[in-house]
Amino acid sequence: MNMLNQSVALAAPILEMRGISKSFPGVQALADVALTLRPGRVTALIGENGAGKSTLVKILTGIYRPDAGEILIDGTPTRLETAADAQAAGITAIHQETVLFDDLSVAENIWLGHAPRNRLGLVDWSAMRARSAALLHSVDADIDPRTRLKDLSIGQRHLVAIARALSVESRVVIMDEPTAALSHKEVEDLFRIIGRLKAKGKAILFISHKFEEVWRIADDFAVFRDGKAVGAGGLADVTHSDLVRMMVGRSVDQVFPKTPARIGETILKVEGYCHPTEFDGVSFALRRGEILGLYGLVGAGRSELCQALFGVTRPSAGALTLEGRPITVRSPAEAIRAGIVYVPEERGRHGAILPMAIVENVSLPSLHRTARRGFIRMAEEFALARTYAERLDLRASSLSQPVGTLSGGNQQKVVIGKWLATGPKVIILDEPTKGIDIGSKAAVHAFMSELAGEGLAVIMVSSEIPEILGMADRVVVMREGRMAGAFDREGLTPEVLVRAATGNEGGA
Amino acid sequence: MTTAASPTRRTIPDRLDGRMSRALKSWEALLLVVAVAIFIANSLASPYFLDPWNLSDATFNFTEKAVIAVAMAFLVIAGEIDLSVAAIIALASTAMGAAAQMGVGAPGLVAIGLGVGLACGAFNGLLVTRFGLPSIVVTIGTMSLFRGIAYVTLGDQVYKGYPADFAWFGQGYVWWVISFELVFFLAVALVGGIVLHRTTFGRKVYAIGNNPLGATFSGIPVERIKFTLFLMTGLAAGAAAVMLTSRLGSTRPSIAFGWELEVVTMVVLGGVSILGGSGTIPGVVIAAFVMGLVTFGLGLLNVPGIVMSIVIGAMLITVIALPILARRVAARRQSSNRGAA
Repeated sequence: MNMLNQSVALAAPILEMRGISKSFPGVQALADVALTLRPGRVTALIGENGAGKSTLVKILTGIYRPDAGEILIDGTPTRLETAADAQAAGITAIHQETVLFDDLSVAENIWLGHAPRNRLGLVDWSAMRARSAALLHSVDADIDPRTRLKDLSIGQRHLVAIARALSVESRVVIMDEPTAALSHKEVEDLFRIIGRLKAKGKAILFISHKFEEVWRIADDFAVFRDGKAVGAGGLADVTHSDLVRMMVGRSVDQVFPKTPARIGETILKVEGYCHPTEFDGVSFALRRGEILGLYGLVGAGRSELCQALFGVTRPSAGALTLEGRPITVRSPAEAIRAGIVYVPEERGRHGAILPMAIVENVSLPSLHRTARRGFIRMAEEFALARTYAERLDLRASSLSQPVGTLSGGNQQKVVIGKWLATGPKVIILDEPTKGIDIGSKAAVHAFMSELAGEGLAVIMVSSEIPEILGMADRVVVMREGRMAGAFDREGLTPEVLVRAATGNEGGA
Repeated sequence: MTTAASPTRRTIPDRLDGRMSRALKSWEALLLVVAVAIFIANSLASPYFLDPWNLSDATFNFTEKAVIAVAMAFLVIAGEIDLSVAAIIALASTAMGAAAQMGVGAPGLVAIGLGVGLACGAFNGLLVTRFGLPSIVVTIGTMSLFRGIAYVTLGDQVYKGYPADFAWFGQGYVWWVISFELVFFLAVALVGGIVLHRTTFGRKVYAIGNNPLGATFSGIPVERIKFTLFLMTGLAAGAAAVMLTSRLGSTRPSIAFGWELEVVTMVVLGGVSILGGSGTIPGVVIAAFVMGLVTFGLGLLNVPGIVMSIVIGAMLITVIALPILARRVAARRQSSNRGAA
């Protein structure tokens, strides 16, 4: 592989971007960035959320026009004014949530907009199906082209998206977080296809948060930070920590800044919590200053348990004791009043009101405190929002900016700030760092430690073993709605967790 | 913060643009310009228009609908709608007529009108919040139901013979040319505006309209607030029934027929998003005046009713299309804020 890389390393770039700048009201999204893509090579684009990666992809696909700079295709300056221009230039993007049409067939999805025509100018259905089958075969996807897209798995949809990219003879393929929703095996399939695309001389821009994938699949790298290109070159010349340093602008010696907290008395006791379908007989105790990790496979009932603790759903049986007093939680409002808050997994759907301003989101559960006799006091709300925005190092152009215009990591900071502003005793964080970049992740982790240090009790649901091992004082493992074990931090290994979560007790 | 804090901590401003520039760019400002233009056009088109008594008459055209529109604005902002309001007027008016036949006095009639409005609103609210049915379906159903009861009760009869003092609510003047109806509408608008824009209740209504699930997860009693809004809209329809019945002095089952669309038009013309989540009371108030001026101006010019409904229809389509087209133009001029990440 190395030999091959070296022989093509000198090939002329297919695509070059020079001095590209783009700004939005209040934000300089890209400042004078450069990027070079060469045939037969995978270039990894790395950067925190908000570093400008999405803006760059949108410029390359003709959705945004840059304020300054030039784009060269095969050395010729080219303007990408519309999505059609980008397609004509041979640039295709496969997005995180690929835009395909659920109710159309696989073949129609592949050929939409450039379907083969017969002599009468009508869609040549048989040619379309035959060519679809050939394209799908070339990506190892054994799918009937007549299948409706909605009947496919997410992994299969990705393969359809790749087949679509191949159908337009693209020379530059952009993959924006292609593995985010894929299973292990699907990722392997994807990597095999990327290898094949490389062999065909395509240039691939691979955007991912996952470093192990970058090391496996990419040849070159480009790092963006705060809208600037801070490094580029061959991956062979750098180390993992070099990349992390470039990305966050500082060295992250400790990815999990867990500080040993002083753990106090029991604050929350859950006894025999049951739900008709989701979980059964869950009991644990939570102490002041403690971070309790809740680990398990997807579907083990962890989120459902948390939502029951927060009053979104009601348990069919079980008792809850907060600070020694039995309580019942029948609604989120009651949970908040009791001092239990929940940072949900789905930020956009449950966590934040995206079209509303940062300040309105932060104050929403605390309105009874910022208002006087039901009348809103904006000054109080701004003060509250500013306190938490600064504590969480929020990046925004103003506190009146809609939350939906922030990057994922900053949205999460707003949601966490909103709940801290209520002055809770117990905070439940459901996959708090899912889909956010390393920098924001470290900020969230540091903040969790800080909160625990202040005596708050934290329940952290996570599917990431390093996060659980790095952050939790104690770990409760759930499997199929039941407790599969509780472990102390000391001496806990990934193997123990996985064995408990999967039920493979063979060696234990 | 500890290790993760950035070296440069920036202070985030409250807002980027000032109060003035936001006000000038708003939909309400545009509507106000339209209202003034129509006012001028009317006074040029007809020599009688500027007469104070004539202007006073003009307000009767829309105050009853506008009272409902203020309540409806809350409901639409919260992501719901009530299409049964005109039918509630018919039912409330029928109930008042029946009571008047039995000799109930003016205070009793008002209580009955408001009570029927509240009961109908509660019925709508219960179906929507308790059984989780979509409000557009529920209120299309109750629209037929409420008016159907009025038809069954009245047949081709007409209730007349309301007590003399009952006439004040629809025909009385508080001072000089200022009618009770106008004062009542302005009072409702003032209270509505304060509640929507200055209280936590109003903030919660916006939150519900923008993301009902997110509002639930923020501890907002979504169902209870929606129920209250249906109740208020029913009450507003009841109040409109009192004023309209008093003004006409009679009740037919076809009373206020088709008003629900004019009310919704006022709300949407006022800048309330039909998808929920945004809009203001001042916008709805200005829109009520605009619609009143347009229909009254056309009336002065002897434009037939069917042409008027064409004008109303065209207005409705225009105001729904305009913001979407404007947004598209703006998006073309500069790619939106949204992709800044």
